[in-house]
Amino acid sequence: MGPESLEAKQKAAVEEVLKAYPSKAAKNRAKHLGVGTPDDESQKTCGDVRSNKKTVPGVMSQRGCAYAGSKGVVWGPVKDMVHISHGPIGCGQYSRAGRRNYYIGTTGVDTFVTMNFSSDFQEKDIVFGGDKKLTKCFGEIDELFPLNNGITVQSECPIGLIGDDINATSKVYAKQTGKVIVPVNCEGFRGVSQSLGHHIANDTVRDYIFDGKVDTLDDAIVPTEYDVAIIGDYNIGGDAWSSRILLEEMGLRVVAQWSGDATLKEMAMTPKVKLNLLHCYRSMNYISRHMEKEFGIPWIEYNFFGPTQTIKSLRKIAAFFDESVQAKCEEVIAKYQPMVDAVINKYRPRLEGKTVMLFVGGLRPRHVIGAYEDLGMEVIGTGYEFAHDDDYKRTKEEIFRSTVIYDDVNEYELEAFVKKLQPDLVASGIKEKYVFQKMGLPYRQMHSWDYSGPYHGYDGFAIFAKDMDLAMNSPVWAHTKAPWDKEA
Amino acid sequence: MQNAEEIVNGQKLFQKPEYKEVLANKKQFEGGMGAINPAKVQEVAEWTKSWDYREKNLAREAITVNPAKACQPLGAVMVALGFEDTMPYVHGSHGCVAYFRSYFTRHFKEPTPCVSDSMTEDAAVFGGLANMKDGLKNCAAVYKPKMIMVSTTCMAEVIGDDLYAFIEGAKDEDGGEFLPREYPVPFAHTPLFVGSHITGYDNMMQATMQQLTEGQEGEKKERINIIPGFETYIGSLRSVKSIVEAFGANYIMLGDHSDQWDMPAGEYHMFAGGTKIEDAKDCANSTATISLQKYATVKTMKMVQKRWKHKGGFSNPVGLKGTDEFVMKLAELTGKEVPAKLKTERGRLVDAMQDSYPYMHAKKFAIWGDPDFLIGMVSFLLEMGAEPTHVLCHNAPSGWEDEMRALLDTSPAKESLHVWAGKDLWHMRSLLFTEPVDFMIGNSYGKELMRDTGIPLIYIGFPIFDRHHLHRYSISGYDGALNLLTWITNKVLDQLDEETKGIATTDYFFDLVR
Repeated sequence: MGPESLEAKQKAAVEEVLKAYPSKAAKNRAKHLGVGTPDDESQKTCGDVRSNKKTVPGVMSQRGCAYAGSKGVVWGPVKDMVHISHGPIGCGQYSRAGRRNYYIGTTGVDTFVTMNFSSDFQEKDIVFGGDKKLTKCFGEIDELFPLNNGITVQSECPIGLIGDDINATSKVYAKQTGKVIVPVNCEGFRGVSQSLGHHIANDTVRDYIFDGKVDTLDDAIVPTEYDVAIIGDYNIGGDAWSSRILLEEMGLRVVAQWSGDATLKEMAMTPKVKLNLLHCYRSMNYISRHMEKEFGIPWIEYNFFGPTQTIKSLRKIAAFFDESVQAKCEEVIAKYQPMVDAVINKYRPRLEGKTVMLFVGGLRPRHVIGAYEDLGMEVIGTGYEFAHDDDYKRTKEEIFRSTVIYDDVNEYELEAFVKKLQPDLVASGIKEKYVFQKMGLPYRQMHSWDYSGPYHGYDGFAIFAKDMDLAMNSPVWAHTKAPWDKEA
Repeated sequence: MQNAEEIVNGQKLFQKPEYKEVLANKKQFEGGMGAINPAKVQEVAEWTKSWDYREKNLAREAITVNPAKACQPLGAVMVALGFEDTMPYVHGSHGCVAYFRSYFTRHFKEPTPCVSDSMTEDAAVFGGLANMKDGLKNCAAVYKPKMIMVSTTCMAEVIGDDLYAFIEGAKDEDGGEFLPREYPVPFAHTPLFVGSHITGYDNMMQATMQQLTEGQEGEKKERINIIPGFETYIGSLRSVKSIVEAFGANYIMLGDHSDQWDMPAGEYHMFAGGTKIEDAKDCANSTATISLQKYATVKTMKMVQKRWKHKGGFSNPVGLKGTDEFVMKLAELTGKEVPAKLKTERGRLVDAMQDSYPYMHAKKFAIWGDPDFLIGMVSFLLEMGAEPTHVLCHNAPSGWEDEMRALLDTSPAKESLHVWAGKDLWHMRSLLFTEPVDFMIGNSYGKELMRDTGIPLIYIGFPIFDRHHLHRYSISGYDGALNLLTWITNKVLDQLDEETKGIATTDYFFDLVR
């Protein structure tokens, strides 16, 4: 497949896909689909797609809600706090422990990440309001889980609709007890996707952790010249740990992880670091910008997927510090190079030239492209559930070839694109997984790493390579065709 | 560092010395009690196992911790996927639908189609009519289902959207291009703050049966409707059908998702199997309806019995006695002898029960799940001489506690058998520490209980995310009871081996033959 024919094919696929819609929906979706070319100055965003707009009703979007963005993504992984799903029972149950935010701690005693705390609203709470119940929840949590270092209130849809005042309720309890209580107005109907939930959650970190003068229990850490924080790494399958090790090896001190395996204290200490390292730009650029403005802390984006991007990022980070760090950075790169070479030598021949279509969330639709390309795999389609223009602008720099770009792609479109462009691997989420596996296509979940990982850093890349080989070269795909089936 | 010849994932990677060091170093920044004073964590952990803690825990009135129930629309989505080419459509925020789809998909390892009309803040103010108009049209145009089944989320319920008017409005506006007047769109209000997923099942099933049968009154047919309830065992649906078919009975299974959530590999179709819409429209003209889950079909069966005057009633074919009752009911309704095939199946089950009983007899079990599931499972445990020490139903409807108590009172061990209605799995944790059992039976949420208490978990229930393919089996009928017997007995034997495998200490009891 030559590059021109690929682009032509992609453009034709976009045209074709739009035909199934009623005119209003077609007009809307046309703006969210495009074909991006690398470093194309004429395109405002990659593929000139529009994003962060309302989802077309009735089309099986893969998007989540603001509650998912706050409870599921930003706050949920903070391990020493209790996060109440405030409202009816469902939201907390469906989002329980599905994201694989790894942490170390005694669950139910001093850490609470995989548990589900719900105020389990009943009809009377809807009718008469749930503020009194919320106060009671706080008290019961403090009695039964005395080692919690704070409580967040993650609002579900009804809270904002029935006029409860969780902010006042939280404030009163916090004042009475001296506890950190963070009310979050992340009702699911706010915004168009998870994205607003990230923003709202970031703002509550600012208001209640930074401005709240949190008592961090222990002696404050004496700052050093080499202190950094990892921002926007949710430690899925241990990603932040396999990132942290590299930063420490080059002489930096990682004071905080946001928010995988995070604690309240780590977050509260972050305004003292020298540099914020931002992995998931989408979900945590807000707090990074705030710390820049308020505390003068610079932030840089980095990408720890695949050796090419990892090396680039390590050097970019080192350049911010003195020569000792830069020298150690080169030592780190040299130390891991033989292992990386061995991994690539082993797997690249088995994966070379295979094509991939991606559809994920925050940073991965662009950040993982390099890791695939390091293995010789070619990404021919990508898109985000909840990105904004700035994400699609950044995507232009990370694609290698003509690439179909689909924003908020739905079940019908993704299936149609896959059928037309015939990738060798599809990498997306749980909801789509079995659709493509039924077709006999290798598939990897790229939200949860398909229960494997970590994928960040050098050690993570080795796992990524092994997993992609596992998916692509398993004998199971060849069984789809029965011996009695005639050749097509 | 990884070795390219032996790449390990996180499980073993983080056990390497360099990562142990990284994690130990991290503690200086953490400020959690585990980092500051591990002895204090130990002390509190021990306290959580005490009677004192149990009393405080059971006195909780406001906060729910680790629930064992879900919300209404989940049940409504299940109903829709049991009908031919039917798209579940949830009127409200799309976040909810993403959750329903993930939840079912993680359990069944199958795609779960479902759309929403993506209501956002403006819809909260102005209502969701515009979303319904676009949503129904787009759904019909793009996915071409034969029927769309509408349920609601919190948001739509709190703002009070009128589904009937909205659906009519959507059809009017469409003018028949994608949504002809006769296009079936059954709808039900499924407020999430009332009941649980089984209530949603009931509301959607009742609404579907009522709305589809309107104006379809005709001649009565000697035919039995079977309503499975919120059944997550695909094999159970097949077992039930096979029993009915053994009688040669004319029947309709209303809400049969056994093909939808069990599609063969090869090609993907969005919908598979399900109750034929024509059959569903005619179901009021049957003479009998049997519901297999009493508490999941309260409203539905009230309509069927009071308004439609159907014979039948409830029958829960889990366990030996439950299946016997179901078979007897079919014999009565069809006026036929119990078929030889079923007699043989029963004999084989009883034979197996008599082979294995020593391993289940007097073993103490803790079990949780939906109310009807528990009635069937506890009944089976009692048939085997086991002792269901803690029976916990978080979403227990009224009447359930008394029925369960009466069932437990048939056991010689009744004094030590407890019913826990409306309690959650953090309550269960206290119960397990203070009054321990030998085994737990439940869903994946029991995993943390297994870790904390050391009590082995037998995976039976919903959802099961971390064990594969169990949902493909049956737990209903004689064959289903045989599966239950096999799983439970073999777990008892696994545990016995586990406890007796100590070389030169306990392995005298590590018998080859058991």
